[in-house]
Amino acid sequence: MHVVVCIKQVPDSAQIRVHPVTNTIMRQGVPTIINPYDLFALEEALRLRDVHGGEVTALTMGPPMAEDSLRKALTYGADRAVLLTDRYFAGSDTLATSFALSQAIVKIGEIFGAPDIVFTGKQTIDGDTAQVGPGIAKRLDLLQLTYVSKICSLDLDAREIKVDRRSEGGTQMLHGRLPCLITMLEGTNEIRRGSLDDALRAARSQIVKWSAADAGIEDLSKCGLRGSPTVVKRVFAPTARTEKAEQITTTDKALGDLADELVVEIFARQPALEHELAFDASA
Amino acid sequence: MTLTANQETPPPAVGRAGTKKELPEHFKDYRHVWVFIEVERENVHPVSFELLGEGRKLADKLGVKLAGVVLGPPGDATQQAIAEAFAYGADVAYLVENPLLEDYRNEPFTKALTNLVATYKPEILLLGATTLGRDLAGSVATTLLTGLTADCTELDVDADGSLAATRPTFGGSLLCTIYTLNCRPQMATVRPRVMAMPRRMNKPIGCVIQHGVPMLEEEIVTKVLGFLSDVRSSNSNLAYADVVVGGGLGLGTSENLKLVKNLARVIGAEYGCSRPLVQKGWMPADRQIGQTGKTIRPKLYIAAGISGAIQHRVGVGGADLIVAINTDPNAPIFEFAHLGVVTDAIRFLPALTDVFTQRLSPHSRDKLAN
Ligand SMILES: Cc1cc2nc3c(=O)[nH]c(=O)nc-3n(C[C@H](O)[C@H](O)[C@H](O)COP(=O)(O)OP(=O)(O)OC[C@H]3O[C@@H](n4cnc5c(N)ncnc54)[C@H](O)[C@@H]3O)c2cc1C
Repeated sequence: MHVVVCIKQVPDSAQIRVHPVTNTIMRQGVPTIINPYDLFALEEALRLRDVHGGEVTALTMGPPMAEDSLRKALTYGADRAVLLTDRYFAGSDTLATSFALSQAIVKIGEIFGAPDIVFTGKQTIDGDTAQVGPGIAKRLDLLQLTYVSKICSLDLDAREIKVDRRSEGGTQMLHGRLPCLITMLEGTNEIRRGSLDDALRAARSQIVKWSAADAGIEDLSKCGLRGSPTVVKRVFAPTARTEKAEQITTTDKALGDLADELVVEIFARQPALEHELAFDASA
Repeated sequence: MTLTANQETPPPAVGRAGTKKELPEHFKDYRHVWVFIEVERENVHPVSFELLGEGRKLADKLGVKLAGVVLGPPGDATQQAIAEAFAYGADVAYLVENPLLEDYRNEPFTKALTNLVATYKPEILLLGATTLGRDLAGSVATTLLTGLTADCTELDVDADGSLAATRPTFGGSLLCTIYTLNCRPQMATVRPRVMAMPRRMNKPIGCVIQHGVPMLEEEIVTKVLGFLSDVRSSNSNLAYADVVVGGGLGLGTSENLKLVKNLARVIGAEYGCSRPLVQKGWMPADRQIGQTGKTIRPKLYIAAGISGAIQHRVGVGGADLIVAINTDPNAPIFEFAHLGVVTDAIRFLPALTDVFTQRLSPHSRDKLAN
């Protein structure tokens, strides 16, 4: 079995700065981590390998320093890591990202064997879009199973998979066929600590580094800013409301009186609410 | 088996932020604003109505029609969804009616929606940022090779008629406005409760355009084996509750969460929390309020022991009245709360619960009714 897991290196903190001219995010100096949601995907891939055998390839597109995240993925137990890095990828939106990653997955398939499953996390903590997974699936014409909370069964011979997937108000149980793309929900499994062996191996391992050309991408107009139909026109801080909260009191009042005062004030501002609450409370 | 990748691509964007767009000739006849009407297990998700409200504003600015898109099996639920779309302001409804559209599956829904778009050419297509909406939007946008902006908090039309989609970026600490330059439709998703619910109108009729999309069950790889509805008590109605009590780390221990739950029970409210409480396992994830949790829009939100970080704030900004209880007079929550009490929530919540109990007791309720 061959499983490809797409991971992303993301800034670890909300302390980010924006370039005043280009409106692009300045990542320098911000500590980075593997997108936390992707770790659940990686863990699930490793678990499948533990049971069914085969290999797990970790893939990321990013700047050269994204190598750190791949090495971490090797420490967790991935068998191989591929870094897709090229200045042509800079400024990619989700459509351009899904293009580049899908091309790299095709190349990985050619060299290391076609993947049975491609995993991604549910979404990233920086972009938050949840669009790259479905984008890759569509580009590769793979069955897409998003928000998967559990892989219930996998039959490699019959090429069948059963999963539970989170949907509004419940869990959908789906049957699908391989190959497929799965986006993994958070909290679905307990992420392992890498073994000492894995850490030693990771330190020695070569990361496969591919440029756009290495990945077989001929048409660069599909990459980076040029391949991105969406363009960020403006980045700005949310405006704060000018007036501060009216503070009922600070100290020195009996709690009961303070609560009384607050309730009076709430109903003074929301008179209709009192009837509604009384109704609810009596229900 | 080998994988092949779709090598088609949109025409390249003209360039960076601020550059004037040049819409290719074949996109120039794309017109009208569409809202995907999400129906799951026979119910329309309220986010669809919120989007119709927002879509109405965009359509009016552009001087075009507002349409609802309904994909579903023949039957009452589908007809009802169309009627609801009209009641919430749609001028037109596009309908793909097919038994294979019973339960949500990505493949037939993507096929139906892309087929509709290719045929009737909307300039704007909006979907709810639900699990269904996000699953579908990503596939449709990639199939159509167009731009998609996720989780928008504001939608507008600029002077030359382009959709300006504003969304939080980098953990909610900043906002950015995104354009789809030279592709159509311009697609965006919006989370439930971010836009206001429009008023339901007495306009139950409109024009229905039925469109056939050939589909065969044999061609659909996914089979739905079952559905397990959330029956856990934690299955909260947080997003749509009129009154919400929220607890934060300031409550100190998971034990103290009962103070929040007690107050919520007495006033018939839903309860929720800030993110660290979910991370600590004190509350289930579907009770988290904020950027990576739920957006709420209650008439009253009482936040106890919550500092008011930007990621929490974006989830509660739509509340009519925000009451903050916090020991720190300089806590950021006081910057956007309407009423603040600087006190120990652990001691204050029981007192507040008592006052509400008395005030809302049957006796005083009778007084109120008169
Ligand atoms: C990418 C990202 C996404 C995030 N998403 C979310 C999200 O969706 N929702 C969310 O809430 N957060 C989110 N966060 C976390 C957010 O940044 C804050 O860390 C979090 O909201 C803080 O929670 P808190 O206010 O409960 O805790 P704290 O920040 O620790 O604040 C506790 C507050 O309680 C007060 N206090 C202490 N003791 C008492 C007492 N006895 N009585 C009254 N007050 C007391 C303190 O003065 C303090 O203001 C996100 C962060 C990131 C980076």
